[in-house]
Amino acid sequence: MRAALPVLTVLAAILLLWYLAVAPMNIRGALDLAERSGRAVTPETPLARQDVSVWRLMAQNPGQIAAAYELDRPRLPTPQQVGGELWKTTGEMALRGRAMSKRSLIYHAAVTLRSTLWGFVLGTALGILGAVAIVYSRVVDMSLMPWAIISQTIPIVALAPMIIVLSSQLGIEGRGVPKAIIAAYLCYFPVLVGMVKGLRAPAPSQLDLLQTYSASGLQVFLKLRLPSSVPYLFTSLKIGIAASLVGTIVGELPTGAISGLGARILIGDQFGTPLAIWAALLAAALMAGALVTLLDLLQRITLKRMGMQA
Amino acid sequence: MNETIIDAQGLDLTFQTNDGPVHALKDVSLTIGKGDFVSFIGPSGCGKTTFLRCIAGLETPTGGSLSVNGMTPDEARRKRAYGYVFQAAGLYPWRTIAKNVKLPLEIMGFSREEQERRADRVLELVDLKGFGAKYPWQLSGGMQQRASIARALAFDAGILLMDEPFGALDEIVRDHLNEQLLALWARTEKTIGFVTHSIPEAVYLSTRIVVMSPRPGRITDVIESPLPKERPLDIRDTPEFLDVAHRVREGLRAGHAYDG
Ligand SMILES: Nc1ncnc2c1ncn2[C@@H]1O[C@H](COP(=O)(O)OP(=O)(O)OP(=O)(O)O)[C@@H](O)[C@H]1O
Ligand SMILES: [Mg+2]
Repeated sequence: MRAALPVLTVLAAILLLWYLAVAPMNIRGALDLAERSGRAVTPETPLARQDVSVWRLMAQNPGQIAAAYELDRPRLPTPQQVGGELWKTTGEMALRGRAMSKRSLIYHAAVTLRSTLWGFVLGTALGILGAVAIVYSRVVDMSLMPWAIISQTIPIVALAPMIIVLSSQLGIEGRGVPKAIIAAYLCYFPVLVGMVKGLRAPAPSQLDLLQTYSASGLQVFLKLRLPSSVPYLFTSLKIGIAASLVGTIVGELPTGAISGLGARILIGDQFGTPLAIWAALLAAALMAGALVTLLDLLQRITLKRMGMQA
Repeated sequence: MNETIIDAQGLDLTFQTNDGPVHALKDVSLTIGKGDFVSFIGPSGCGKTTFLRCIAGLETPTGGSLSVNGMTPDEARRKRAYGYVFQAAGLYPWRTIAKNVKLPLEIMGFSREEQERRADRVLELVDLKGFGAKYPWQLSGGMQQRASIARALAFDAGILLMDEPFGALDEIVRDHLNEQLLALWARTEKTIGFVTHSIPEAVYLSTRIVVMSPRPGRITDVIESPLPKERPLDIRDTPEFLDVAHRVREGLRAGHAYDG
């Protein structure tokens, strides 16, 4: 639990900054609203206010600052508002037995999670296979590695719509498959790099030792290279699962998607409901945190069982 | 002399490096008989490790002939002719001490019971009985090195090749391990090739001391030890011991003079 303290401190700092930022971000909206409901604000018209900095607006209308924290459609909602919206679309719906309704974020999170996990499994498998090929073949090392690196320089937002269009051209129904492919595309690289490093981790003397036993290539792999790579693998998996989630959400952004956290973000944007965007964002962040934490736990347990950590 | 185990004649080895060829071994001729304890001593870079690796078939000489048990080093290795102890213990951190010792046995396909039996026996031999279930990080450096010796002994090879196995240990632990190694050698009658930088260690352990010098790496002197097989630690204060040590030191100096 010693680890919790720094985390909580950072969290508190973030929340504080967030609260402080709400007033300047929303003061214009608050003044517009007050003006429409007939209260006196300075300057009096939106046009006149346009050239005045938010700091001056706040100084000239101290009475309206509180209203900046209670807007229905704020530019920047308060953490409370986001939390409230999140609860309304998750816990509250679950309590009413409608967790899987299309309006529930639980449903959308489940859609995103499914693609994320498929992409993660696919990407991890590809990454590990690629790493084995690279470590065991110089030719593959020289030919595959540059492409793997180049693949990561192509912005995923440019690639995602192409993958979606292509897969629908191929007659693949729905978004699940292309989303998983995009997720795998982002996930395989960290796994590949980590596993190459891990499989190459054994010192020359450790390889020599096995050679003095005339060990076969398979034995070297199973008894030395694979166990050596486990810590590296887990580090990569944690990066990989977060990348998968990002990939899935990016895959849900192009128009046409109706379910998933990414679609919620897009729809929130189109319909001008910032609270929905923020709630979906927070849900995505929580999901990423949970997935990484889970892998971290798995890493600890595995390494402990392997005797590698005190 | 007793039966020849290792026979090197005019051995040459040149490494091709980016900075040009490195003549690691030049015209090295040496025969090692069964049950010999041969130490290799010489300044850094004189080819001690390289020679040991050639015997083990880990390095291929570029000239001369080398036979181990009458076979090529490669064949001998496949027949499990030797156990090799590296300078670093190199135990696998994810295996317990017993599992580390069983590593060669697993690879060589010994049965489970046989693995168990042999691991118990060699761990007892190096005084690590009761530590089999511990992980390497739970053991001191000296204990780890003993475990790595147990690992090399587990499959009962006739030859033990050791490359500065005690180099990283303090004097007291080293003395203790030297004593144990001698006792083990006396009991098992193995042939041992042992690299060291320490003159007293070489003289205390060996039946023969091979002095080498660098650039190119070659043998400058071979000293037969007149010391008896039975050697308590305080033999190191006897005139015979000091005489051998003196000759080794002279040999090393001569190599250096040639070098300079
Ligand atoms: N794989 C290699 N490639 C190139 N040069 C090498 C290689 N291995 C050893 N050498 C060179 O061969 C020479 C002999 O090296 P070696 O390791 O046998 O020396 P050594 O006597 O064991 O030294 P030390 O006492 O420092 O362990 C050195 O000059 C070394 O740089
Ligand atoms: Mg050496």
